[in-house]
Amino acid sequence: MIAIVIPIGFAGLSLALLLNMIRLVRGPTAVDRILAADTMVINTIALIILYGISQKTTAYFESALLFAMFGFTSTVAYCRFLIRGDIIE
Amino acid sequence: MTPWVEFVVAALIVIGTVFALVGSIGLVKLPDVMTRLHSPTKATTLGVGALLVASIISFYHWKGKLAINELLITLFLFLTAPVAAQFLARAYLHLHCDSAGDLPATNRPCQWSTFQCACPPDAEDGSAAKP
Amino acid sequence: MTKPSEIASPKLPFRQRWIPHPSLTGVMILLWVAMANNFSPGGWLLGTCLGLAIPLLTQSIWDTTPKIASYGNVLIYALVVLWDVLVANIEVAWLILFESPRDLRPQWITVPLDLRSREGIAVLAGTVTLTPGTVSCDLSADGRSMLVHCLDARDIEEIIRRIKTRYEARLLRIFR
Repeated sequence: MIAIVIPIGFAGLSLALLLNMIRLVRGPTAVDRILAADTMVINTIALIILYGISQKTTAYFESALLFAMFGFTSTVAYCRFLIRGDIIE
Repeated sequence: MTPWVEFVVAALIVIGTVFALVGSIGLVKLPDVMTRLHSPTKATTLGVGALLVASIISFYHWKGKLAINELLITLFLFLTAPVAAQFLARAYLHLHCDSAGDLPATNRPCQWSTFQCACPPDAEDGSAAKP
Repeated sequence: MTKPSEIASPKLPFRQRWIPHPSLTGVMILLWVAMANNFSPGGWLLGTCLGLAIPLLTQSIWDTTPKIASYGNVLIYALVVLWDVLVANIEVAWLILFESPRDLRPQWITVPLDLRSREGIAVLAGTVTLTPGTVSCDLSADGRSMLVHCLDARDIEEIIRRIKTRYEARLLRIFR
């Protein structure tokens, strides 16, 4: 059953990434684009975890954690730049 | 893998994917920036959490090792997604909102902190919590 | 008669000098052991070294320590929030998928706060954002009002009442 569900998961997450990219290109304001980039990072984390399940190895967990940390930090950095003009004061 | 565990893992993978997809559909479909902020920050976090629980269960069954470190990603996302959402909301307020018209009144003698930095301390109790 | 040097830098007792934040140390040890997935004595030893070194080295950024009244209430609060996150997300997913975007009625709400501690307000803002339907956006400049954006507000009073009774009342019992 898992062998059927994993390709469905990959397809769903790839579709989600595509929808995020639509918002990234279309979004009228800069906040839309930052939000789309942040959501793409979270969907990528999901994709990495699903790939780890499909390959039956826990080796990809650390890269998912790194993506999470970098995604959050980059969202905060973009927003601070928009609000203050400077990231680290 | 026993059928029960396989069913639970498959169900969790499907739930996780569906929630991630719903979050992204909301990102495209909703009309305004602030409404668009709601869907990804919550639904995709829940979707990733479900996928991580599926991962923990399946690795416990395949390798016999309980990989608690996967729960840390969910904990990290639960802690940081609200902070990212609040930063995005503040960026929107800073760029597109005027303190007079669009937002409700604070019912206090000062404005929202995006528009006004500090407030003189209250007469009733001397210490004001820092924003 | 006290000498000026005694007034300037009082000698702290041993525990406060070398383990300035014991809860932080405990949490770091547990986090390290969980993250490395290494429950052997070596893992615990490394976790203890990190848990002792990091709060000492970063002492200058932890200026205040929140006083937590009871840890049992913390666990209850965490479970309540987790339940709300799981249940209410389904409702918002339904809303996103099956209702037209024209029918949504987004609203800005002002919530008056009774919490005074910074950490309590931070936890409340995070909880309000995690529960679907509301996103906490801003605080008033003196920290007594919170600006909340609501996705589909049929009844404003009910939302304010839910935030205050379900979350803020429990947090007032935790953070003095």
